[in-house]
Amino acid sequence: MNWEVIQQSIPSFVKGFQLTLWLSFVGIVGSLVVGVLVSLVRYFKIPIISKILGAYVEVGRNTPLLIQLFFLYYGFPVLGMKLSAEASGIIGLIFLGGAYMAEGFAGGFNGINKSQIDAGLALGMNQWELARYVVLPQGLALSVPALSANVIFLIKETSIFSVIAIPELTNTALDLIGMYYRSNEYLLVLVIAYAIILIPLILFLDWLERRVRYGSFGN
Amino acid sequence: MAHSGISVLLEGSNFSRLMGGLWTSVWIAVVSLLIGLVLGTVLGLLRTMKNRLIRFILWLYLEFFRIVPTIVLLFLVYYILPRQFKIDLPATWMAVLAFALWVAAEFSDIVRGALESVPKHQRESGLALGLSSWQLFRYVLLPQAFQLELPATINLATRVIKTTSLLMTISIMDVINVGQQIIEANNQTHPTGVFWVYGLIFILYFVVDYPLSLWAKRLTAKQNY
Repeated sequence: MNWEVIQQSIPSFVKGFQLTLWLSFVGIVGSLVVGVLVSLVRYFKIPIISKILGAYVEVGRNTPLLIQLFFLYYGFPVLGMKLSAEASGIIGLIFLGGAYMAEGFAGGFNGINKSQIDAGLALGMNQWELARYVVLPQGLALSVPALSANVIFLIKETSIFSVIAIPELTNTALDLIGMYYRSNEYLLVLVIAYAIILIPLILFLDWLERRVRYGSFGN
Repeated sequence: MAHSGISVLLEGSNFSRLMGGLWTSVWIAVVSLLIGLVLGTVLGLLRTMKNRLIRFILWLYLEFFRIVPTIVLLFLVYYILPRQFKIDLPATWMAVLAFALWVAAEFSDIVRGALESVPKHQRESGLALGLSSWQLFRYVLLPQAFQLELPATINLATRVIKTTSLLMTISIMDVINVGQQIIEANNQTHPTGVFWVYGLIFILYFVVDYPLSLWAKRLTAKQNY
């Protein structure tokens, strides 16, 4: 271990850290939006689209992010669609994350007591009102554990962006190792950087899960 | 002369080479899973014990794997094992080591959860019948915990298979690395080959993973009724 090596690498790691945070943030927000829309369409069994989105969820969840990224970044230009590395990364992460989040939301929505829906229908609510006032408020609380696991998962998945040369944390470490051959120091900083992001987040999400446990009706 | 891209898959031995690469990926996934499940069962059992120190160490072990991304784990093993400990393993076995330790961490949590959710009266009835703690584990807890943990275990297996896509980063000749070589070797004659090769690998992963995750879903649905 050489402290000087670590000190000199800090500015590069700070840049990588910021990029990892930013890409994770965009990816998670995008995945949540895609996930909630997909799961609502599937919950209300809107014809045709529901089937297509069902297939999307299975494909997104059962293929690795790395090959999704390669396909987007190297394969798509053949079709005349050239994407930058970062655009490919974000689109790939939202493609993957949207499928996981949709599954997470679906778990919550399916946990809602059917009598709630019947009661809503008996009150003359239409599908939009049911979604807005019955399904979402109760379903969201029920899906928090699954969603928070996905949030952690997606942040860790941004490390795979390193293979298409996006200079996030892991890529920064690999670059430095390639240049200066000091693997111990750089890998240590890398692990600590992920810990700085993930430990507070895990604690916060645990707290959130305990908070919303009583959010559903009747408890 | 430029050919249509898809024919690159059937040129020469390309297709069988891709299958060989897929075999390497699946082989590593299966071996790491087997080792990881055995180790994870032991760790999971230890985590149900009363000893605080053991529980704390195992909790640290699990949290480490929850925080460090798998690709970083691979690099940790790949760089630190030979330089720091002078252990020179083939890359394949380094990957197996990294994956097995990761699987063990995740599985120990699944085992602990399953053991703890076996109803208390089952354990007490066993004790009342005069079973030893080994017999209690072997004939009462293990069979019931196994049923409870099966869907989560299958899901873990699908994740391990997907994670084998990272093997190329420590230069193992997995399906993606073979694909890259085919793309580069045929770039002149098949400029659109990249789309088809990665497309095929995409489909291959889905074909391997989807039946497993479908099975896990069926099991979960059955348990909920």
